[in-house]
Amino acid sequence: MPVLPMEQGLILAALLFALGLVGVLVRRNVIFILMSIEIMLNAAGLAFVVAGSRWAQEDGQVMFVFILAVAAAEVSVGLALLLQLYRRLQTLDVDAASKMRG
Amino acid sequence: MLDWLWVIPALPFAGYIVLALAGARLSRAIVASVGVGSVGLSTAVALVAGFSFINSPPSNHVYSQTLWTWISVGNFTPRIAFYLDSLSLVMTLVITFVSFLIHLYSSEFMIDDAGYSRFFAYMNLFVGSMLTLVLADNLLLLYLGWEGVGLCSYLLIGFWYQDPANGRAARKAFIVTRVGDTAFAIGLFLLFTHLGTLQIQEVMQRAAQQWTLNSPLAIAAAALLLGGAVGKSAQLPLQTWLPDAMAGPTPVSALIHAATMVTAGVYLIARAHVLFSLAPPVQSAVAVIGAATLLIAGFSALSQHDIKRVLAYSTISQIGYMFLALGVGAWSAAIFHLMTHAFFKALLFLAAGVVILAMHEEHDMYKMGGLRRRLPLTFWTFLIGAASLSALPLVTAGFYSKDLILWSAWSSPSGSTWLWIAGLVGALLTSLYTFRMVFLTFFGEAKHEVNYTPGNGIRVPLIVLACLSLVGGIVELPRTLGGQPWFSEFMGSVFPALHYVQGHAHAELVLQIVAAVVSLSGIYLAYLFFLRRRVSADGVGQSMLGAALDRFWFGGWGFDWLYNKLFVTPYIWLARTNKDDFIDSIYDGIAKLNEVFYRALSQTETGKVRWYMTGIALGAIVAIAIVVFL
Repeated sequence: MPVLPMEQGLILAALLFALGLVGVLVRRNVIFILMSIEIMLNAAGLAFVVAGSRWAQEDGQVMFVFILAVAAAEVSVGLALLLQLYRRLQTLDVDAASKMRG
Repeated sequence: MLDWLWVIPALPFAGYIVLALAGARLSRAIVASVGVGSVGLSTAVALVAGFSFINSPPSNHVYSQTLWTWISVGNFTPRIAFYLDSLSLVMTLVITFVSFLIHLYSSEFMIDDAGYSRFFAYMNLFVGSMLTLVLADNLLLLYLGWEGVGLCSYLLIGFWYQDPANGRAARKAFIVTRVGDTAFAIGLFLLFTHLGTLQIQEVMQRAAQQWTLNSPLAIAAAALLLGGAVGKSAQLPLQTWLPDAMAGPTPVSALIHAATMVTAGVYLIARAHVLFSLAPPVQSAVAVIGAATLLIAGFSALSQHDIKRVLAYSTISQIGYMFLALGVGAWSAAIFHLMTHAFFKALLFLAAGVVILAMHEEHDMYKMGGLRRRLPLTFWTFLIGAASLSALPLVTAGFYSKDLILWSAWSSPSGSTWLWIAGLVGALLTSLYTFRMVFLTFFGEAKHEVNYTPGNGIRVPLIVLACLSLVGGIVELPRTLGGQPWFSEFMGSVFPALHYVQGHAHAELVLQIVAAVVSLSGIYLAYLFFLRRRVSADGVGQSMLGAALDRFWFGGWGFDWLYNKLFVTPYIWLARTNKDDFIDSIYDGIAKLNEVFYRALSQTETGKVRWYMTGIALGAIVAIAIVVFL
């Protein structure tokens, strides 16, 4: 099996992470924020897999499975929050949910 | 008999304790017998002690009695001990005797007062403290008595405390004398640090051994003691409290503010005469202060309307004479004048008290008049006191004592013609204001109906004091009149003799005649102005200059005004400004700063998730950067 060059894999992971982060920061729609968080999680997972492949260790893939599980749980909580938000405010704009303003 | 010395101050203290603890429950008769009796017994013991001291003098003319050691810390061991020599004996006799007469007078004078037992309690405490002051063997015990009489003075000036004005007068007296007392206390610290003892005789001995003439330490110590004396004796520049102290009951004015307490400063300087001799500049200052005070107070007495304020200024002026005598080194002359002054000034106050009582609390002399016929005994005794105060030649005690001071001011090595002239002008003023008072009060037409006859409790003290005011001078006859200086000889065991430089008997006679003429012409002037032609006095009073001078003198030469501007107003301003405590503002500032931070940080609590996220991201970047690059 051809070995993926680690540098390229890590650069891809960093790009994905940056994209996700920018998405979280600039989007106001809760659905897009959740999706961006998924992208960041996957970027981290990709970095683990690349590192595992580089040193021929299975730990990287084990970590990725963990991340998948965590991501699934996170999405379920996130979607529940999303539903509550929409039910109370009739909008998906996170900036509308600013009642805890100091 | 001298073993009983401690009983003399102890008896009034015992009277005080009884009256203070049980006074309110006792009947007036018992209160009076405790109050007057304790001082009376004390007087009897003092007289017996005096006789035995004179008949069989102890060695060196000194008797000292140690009761117990007060404090013992290292080499600082002041004792509760009494010291009797001719100076303290004379002071003790004068104090007990005059106090007894005034207590007797008060027992009738104050009979209708609600605070009868409180009055006698304070008076007994005063007598005890005053006796402690003069009998003390060390300066610390003297200071205890000194503060004790100050406290009693405060309590008795504000005796009628319901009137806020009396409370103000009491506080003023207390605070102004406190200025002097602070100087006195610092003087004690200085003496103890450098001489290692406060026992009076040892202090004087060591000062004479260790300090040379004009050494800076001697000058500083003497000047600080002088500060205390000036405050207590109401001399320039701390004289402002005494006229206001007249707010107290009249017996208090007679006892504390004329006869005894205010002369404590004179006693202190006389007691520390060795120290003052080592510091000639300070001693000259004493003479100058005395001369200036006697003139200033004399002029002020001239324009007062309140009979008690005239007497108060007169007291300041007469103590000025005593300071003048101390300043020229005539120690025994000062004590002699202290004694005669105690007699005639107490007499004048007590007689004025009868007048005020008969006039129903009227103090203004211009509203009195013609009391000669209504109050014959009071009139005659007051006249005797006034004659003695004016130094009427030959027949009064005041003549002998004042003449001795004037003669000393002229002829002593440290005296000068200027001091003598000041004393002479003061003598003219004295007889002028004294007889102004006599003529305004007792002569002229009667303005009120007076139906009052004093009882025996008032009559006896007046008569006894009047006799003493007349014959008290025979203990010291000048050589022009037979020459029997018993008093000076008796004092010789305490004070060094004064060597007169211009000491011709001939000159003394001339000066005496001058002084006598001045005194008589003052009386004649008063007669012209205030009895024969009242108009001319009013005419002088109404001219521009006359009115201005009258106002100026009436207000005591503007000293009150000046002190108000200089000290009272700025102090009150400072107190107002600093009402919220300057130090607190530091802590308030810290609290304020915290609040500013809190507001700034609470701005970041926007409730906007994306801002929080940005914060987390930036924080993570910074954290990673620190880990990676550092």
